[in-house]
Amino acid sequence: MSTPDIDALVNRSYRHGFVTDIESDTVAPGLDENVVRLISRKKQEPQFLLDWRLRALRHWQGMREPHWAHLRYHPIDYAAISYYSAPRQAKDGPKSLADVDPKLLATYEKLGVPLHERARLAGVAVDAVFDSVSVATTFKERLSAAGVIFCPFSEAVQKHPALLERYLGTVVPYTDNFYATLNSAVFTDGSFVYVPPGVRCPMELSTYFRINAANTGQFERTLIIADAGAYVSYLEGCTAPMRDENQLHAAVVELIALDDAQIKYSTVQNWYPGDEQGRGGIYNFVTKRGECRGRNARISWTQVETGSAITWKYPSCILRGENSVGEFYSVATTNNYQQADTGTKMIHIGANTRSTIVSKGISAGHGQNAYRGLVKILPSASGARNFTQCDSLLMGKHSGAHTFPYIEVRNPTAMVEHEASTSRISEEQLFYCLQRGIGAEDAVNMIVSGFCRTVFKELPMEFAVEAQNLLAVSLEGAVG
Amino acid sequence: MSTVPGIAAAAAAPLLEVRDLRVKVGGQEVLRGVSLAVRAGEVHAIMGPNGSGKSTLAHVLAGRPGYEIVAGTACFEGRDLFALAPEQRARAGLFLGFQYPVEIPGVNNAYLLKAAVNAARRERGLPELDAFEFLAVVRAKIKLMQIDESFLSRGVNEGFSGGEKKRNEILQMLVLEPKLALLDETDSGLDIDALKVVADGINSLRAAERAIVLVTHYQRMLDYVVPDFVHVLARGRIARSGDRTLALELERRGYDWISEQAAA
Repeated sequence: MSTPDIDALVNRSYRHGFVTDIESDTVAPGLDENVVRLISRKKQEPQFLLDWRLRALRHWQGMREPHWAHLRYHPIDYAAISYYSAPRQAKDGPKSLADVDPKLLATYEKLGVPLHERARLAGVAVDAVFDSVSVATTFKERLSAAGVIFCPFSEAVQKHPALLERYLGTVVPYTDNFYATLNSAVFTDGSFVYVPPGVRCPMELSTYFRINAANTGQFERTLIIADAGAYVSYLEGCTAPMRDENQLHAAVVELIALDDAQIKYSTVQNWYPGDEQGRGGIYNFVTKRGECRGRNARISWTQVETGSAITWKYPSCILRGENSVGEFYSVATTNNYQQADTGTKMIHIGANTRSTIVSKGISAGHGQNAYRGLVKILPSASGARNFTQCDSLLMGKHSGAHTFPYIEVRNPTAMVEHEASTSRISEEQLFYCLQRGIGAEDAVNMIVSGFCRTVFKELPMEFAVEAQNLLAVSLEGAVG
Repeated sequence: MSTVPGIAAAAAAPLLEVRDLRVKVGGQEVLRGVSLAVRAGEVHAIMGPNGSGKSTLAHVLAGRPGYEIVAGTACFEGRDLFALAPEQRARAGLFLGFQYPVEIPGVNNAYLLKAAVNAARRERGLPELDAFEFLAVVRAKIKLMQIDESFLSRGVNEGFSGGEKKRNEILQMLVLEPKLALLDETDSGLDIDALKVVADGINSLRAAERAIVLVTHYQRMLDYVVPDFVHVLARGRIARSGDRTLALELERRGYDWISEQAAA
C-alpha cells in the first residue's frame, strides 16, 4: 500500500469515530452565554474551561472588530453565524465524483492527489477499501511508546485536564484580540500535543493523522507543548482545496517550548480562495503564537499561504528564555481578488535571543499582499539579534504588494537588520526559459519557486513538493 | 569541419531560410529586407556596426516578443518559423545564445537545463532523462567548458561573472545539441582565455547536420571559429556577403565604407 492510501484511510477512519460524537446538533445562529454553555456541555468540559470560555465571551462582547489591516471585505455578521454545528454529513455531499465540480477535480489531478483521496477531499462518501484501523493504531502505539500525547483537543479535555489548565491561554490569553477571544469562547475542537522532557517525537505529526481533519470547523484550537529538551515537528493543513462558502475561520494556535526544546510548525494553507471574480472564499483570521519559555528554546514557523479570500495571520514568537530562537519563513500568494495581510511578531525579552524572518509575497491578478511584521526588543534583551528579509513578487498590472515593518528597539546592544525588495517576473526571464523550450506555465512556476526557495527548503521534503505544486495551481492563469 | 559552400548549396535545402524580412521595433523599421539561407553543416557570421539590426535578427528568429514583423518569411526545416511559439522553436532545435543572459534567482542551473533537455526530448518522442542520466551528460560537457561542477547547483546566472554567463550559454548549447545555434555576441566581454574556451565549445558542436550563426561586432572570434560565410548588416540590410576574408577586410577598414555603400 502506498503512503497516500494510508494517509487517506487513516484520516477516514479517524473521522468515522469522531462524527458519532457531534452528529446531530446545529445551534441557531448567534452568540450568547447559552451557546457557550451548550458547547461546553456537549464537550463535557470541566468547570475551569467553561469559566474560561465565559470570561472570553464577556470580554468579546465589549470588543470591536479590528480594521487596521490592509484588507477590504464585506462586514461579517457575527449574529448570523452558527457557533456549533456538526460536520457536513456524507448524505449532504456529492454522491460520487461525477457530481463534483470538474474544475475542482482538475485541480486535484494537477496536485497529484490519488483518486480516492480526491473523492474524500471533495466530500464524497467513499467506502474503505483497506483495513486502516491497524495503520492508525500503529501510529498511536509508536507515539504513546515514546510518551507523546497527540489527540483531538476535546479528547485532551477529558484525559489531560491538568495539562490544559496549566498551559491553555498562557501564550494567547482570552483577552488577546477580537478573533482569538471569539475563538476562546466558542472553539469546538483542534489538536493537542504534549512531548515529555527529553523526548524527540518519533515522527512528524500531521493533521493527516488527526481526527476529523477535513471538518474541524471554523474555530479550531491547537496547543502544543514541548517540555524540556523535547523536539516536535508539526505539519498543519490540507494541501488540496476545500470547497467552502464565504466563511469565517478564526483559529488559535499556541506553542510552548521549555528549556532546550524545539518546535517546528509548518503550515500549508489552501482554503478555498473564492472564484475568479472574488466571490466566496474563506476569511481566515488566525492567531498563532509560540513562546520560547525556557533557555535555548527554539520555535520555527514555516507557512505557505495560497488559499483563502482574506488572510489575517501573524505567527509570532515570544522569546522569553535566554538564548532562545524564533524563526518565521513565509510564502504568501494572492491571485484573482485574494487579499493577504500576514507577517510575524518577534518579541525579544531574554538576553541573547535571536530571530529570523524571511517573507516572500507573491501577488497576481488583482491580489493584494501585505507583509506586516513587528520586531520588538525589550530592555531586558541584551545582545538580541534580528534579521528580516522581505521580498515581494508582482505579476500583472493590477496586483499590489505592501510592506509594513515595525521595529522597536529598547536595548542599545541589540542588532536589527531589515532587507526588502519588490520585483516582477521580467519578460526577459520568461523569454529565457521559453527559448530553452520550457513552456510559459512551467517557466512561471520555475521562476516563482526560485523566488520562494529559501522558504521551501525549510519545509519537510514531501511537504515542499506539495507546496510547490500548490503554488503552481494557485497561480494558474496569472500570466497570459 | 568546414563545408565547401558551392557543394553544400547544391546538395540540400536550407535549414534556415529568411526572405525579405522587414521588422519594426517601436514603430521604426530596423530590418529592412533581410534574406539569408543557412544550410546544415555551415557556419555563418553576421557582422555589422552597432544598431545595424544584428541582434534584432537573432531575437526575431527566436521569437522574442516586442518586434513587429512587417513583411517577409522565415522557414526552419521547411516550417514557418513565425507560426511557432518561442518554446516550440526551441524544441524544434533552434537555440539562441544570449548576449546578456538574465539571472533567475533561486532556480537551480541544473534544474533549468534538465527541464530544457526533457522538453526537447518529449517533443521528439524520446523518454525523459532522469537525474542520473542527465548528470552523466552534463558532466562531460562542463569539463569541456572548464566549469566547476558546483556551478550546476547555483541559481541560473545568479552572481555569475560576464565570462561565466557566456560559458553557461555554451554549456547549455552543448547539452541541448540544437540544429541551429544563433549566438548573439557571445564573444563580447570575454578575455582571451575565456574566448578560446568558448570557441572550443562552439567548434566541438560543428557537424554536418548542424548550423551555427555567429552574430558579432568584432572579427577576433572568427580567428577561432572560422566561418564559411560572412555577412555584413548595415542599416537593416545585408550590405555584403563573402567568405572570411570579408571579416578581415572589415577589421582593417572598419564599417563606415559599407554603411556608406548601404546608404547610397
